[in-house]
Amino acid sequence: MTIVYALAYLLAAVLFILGLSQLSSPRTARNGNYTAAVGMVIALGATLPQLHFTGAGAVIVLAGVVVGAAVGIVGARQVKMTAIPQMVALFNGAGGGAAALVAVAELLTFGPHPPIAQGLPSVFSIVIGSVSFSGSLIAFAKLQELMTGTPITYPGQQLVNGLIAAAIIGFVIAVLAIASIPFSFLSLMVLALILGVAFVLPIGGADMPVVISLLNAFTGLAVAASGFTLNNFSLIVAGTLVGASGSLLTKLMSDAMGRSLGNVLFGAFGQVRASAGAVAGKEGRSVRTSSIEDLATLLAYSRRVIIVPGYGLAVAQAQHAVRELADLLEKRGVEVNYAIHPVAGRMPGHMNVLLAEANVPYEQLKEMDEINDEFKDTDVVLVVGANDVVNPAARSTPGSPIYGMPILNADEAKNIVFLKRSMRPGFAGIDNDLLYDPKTIMLFGDAKDSLTKLVNAVKAA
Amino acid sequence: MNNELLNEFTFFVLAVFVGIEVISKVPTMLHTPLMSGTNAIHGIILVGALWIAAGASSPVTVVVGLLAVILATTNVVGGFVVTDRMLEMFKGRQAAKTPEAAKTK
Repeated sequence: MTIVYALAYLLAAVLFILGLSQLSSPRTARNGNYTAAVGMVIALGATLPQLHFTGAGAVIVLAGVVVGAAVGIVGARQVKMTAIPQMVALFNGAGGGAAALVAVAELLTFGPHPPIAQGLPSVFSIVIGSVSFSGSLIAFAKLQELMTGTPITYPGQQLVNGLIAAAIIGFVIAVLAIASIPFSFLSLMVLALILGVAFVLPIGGADMPVVISLLNAFTGLAVAASGFTLNNFSLIVAGTLVGASGSLLTKLMSDAMGRSLGNVLFGAFGQVRASAGAVAGKEGRSVRTSSIEDLATLLAYSRRVIIVPGYGLAVAQAQHAVRELADLLEKRGVEVNYAIHPVAGRMPGHMNVLLAEANVPYEQLKEMDEINDEFKDTDVVLVVGANDVVNPAARSTPGSPIYGMPILNADEAKNIVFLKRSMRPGFAGIDNDLLYDPKTIMLFGDAKDSLTKLVNAVKAA
Repeated sequence: MNNELLNEFTFFVLAVFVGIEVISKVPTMLHTPLMSGTNAIHGIILVGALWIAAGASSPVTVVVGLLAVILATTNVVGGFVVTDRMLEMFKGRQAAKTPEAAKTK
């Protein structure tokens, strides 16, 4: 019978791998998610007959599954598409917390001197799982704007974080070498929870997606470690898959911002102030504004328009308004495309999800490499709620924090229209020369309002 | 190092390469669903949570087991459902594109 269970776990692992590979194309992606879900059902189905339920055990398993499923379904169904990143953070934190708790329960059964093959992965799982749990909650709070999104720093912060990390290492050694008693491994858990908070606090809201991706990889590794403790191959394979893919995704995301992962995670120390100075130095230059009617005329009589959507568009819930404008222009024979920067939205691919929700036709969404050569033949670039991703400083100013980040060549177009709330710089906190370009027209205000007014004006034009 | 541990370690190392290989083929456009989908997969910790919860006997293990099952189930169910919601729209767009594109022209 053990063979059957082992084969079922193997089948589950294979289905996870197949599911992930199906995610590489939008055509098969949804089936890929089903494939992985079937793998999960098989792994759980193979587990149930092996369990030896105590009376209390049966009750809490039933209650836990019912409560967890209800929370999961309601959360996943209710969440707005703009809030996807923080929802992923919450679910990820839940997984990390579960991994830490499973390891705690395992250590409780082993007594004061667990075998190293079980003890080591257990403490690893407690530390990494707890960091992932509390770190994800902070990431959620930052993205949900329950707390400030700006980096929280104080003097000596790195020293304090270092001390927490050192204390954690001390308790790891204590648990493994001296005595694995509740005091030592619960202290370890509490310290790791604190480290998770301390780790995410100094990272800005704009960098949260990278953090969530990293914590996703952490949870994966914590789960893999649990697999070592429980001698369960499906946990090892599934957890490692997530750990490896999450690490790669984290790297791809920081590359898309033109920064190293180290800079994303630890860059807040001392950097913010320097860039604030650069902004102040450039004030006093004038920008060009225009009336809604003139802009509408400009758009309506263009041949080619490219829309550059940014996070501001999502904040203003203006996806539908922007699509309405695009449809209207297309009816007049204007060629409209969307240029999607890899980090548009709150995480890579988030803007595609948001525009998909607004039924924007698939082929109008162009990735950066695909569209960057077309800007020079474009009459109007409409930048909605984006800033840093079209900032030419990334190409021209070696000292700039975004120098080296691949950007959209919006500056090559004949006209550039910025829909922005204010002259406030983007997340990178740096001034954008393109705003002061003679080819640029600023339209201040809420993106949704502005777009709705533009739609009406284009109708009249 | 005993045999079982060696086997597990082999699986671990191979899974690292498979994970990287599979993910490097996913386009940026699908990175958000991908992150959410992998997030659901690590919900397999529910297997471990069920294991410890089923055998719970002391008050401490009951509390730890219950919390672990709730958190892990939330992770699995929420993860798959929210990923499906996202991917459903991707598919809907493909299906809707032909009539809609025809209308706008």
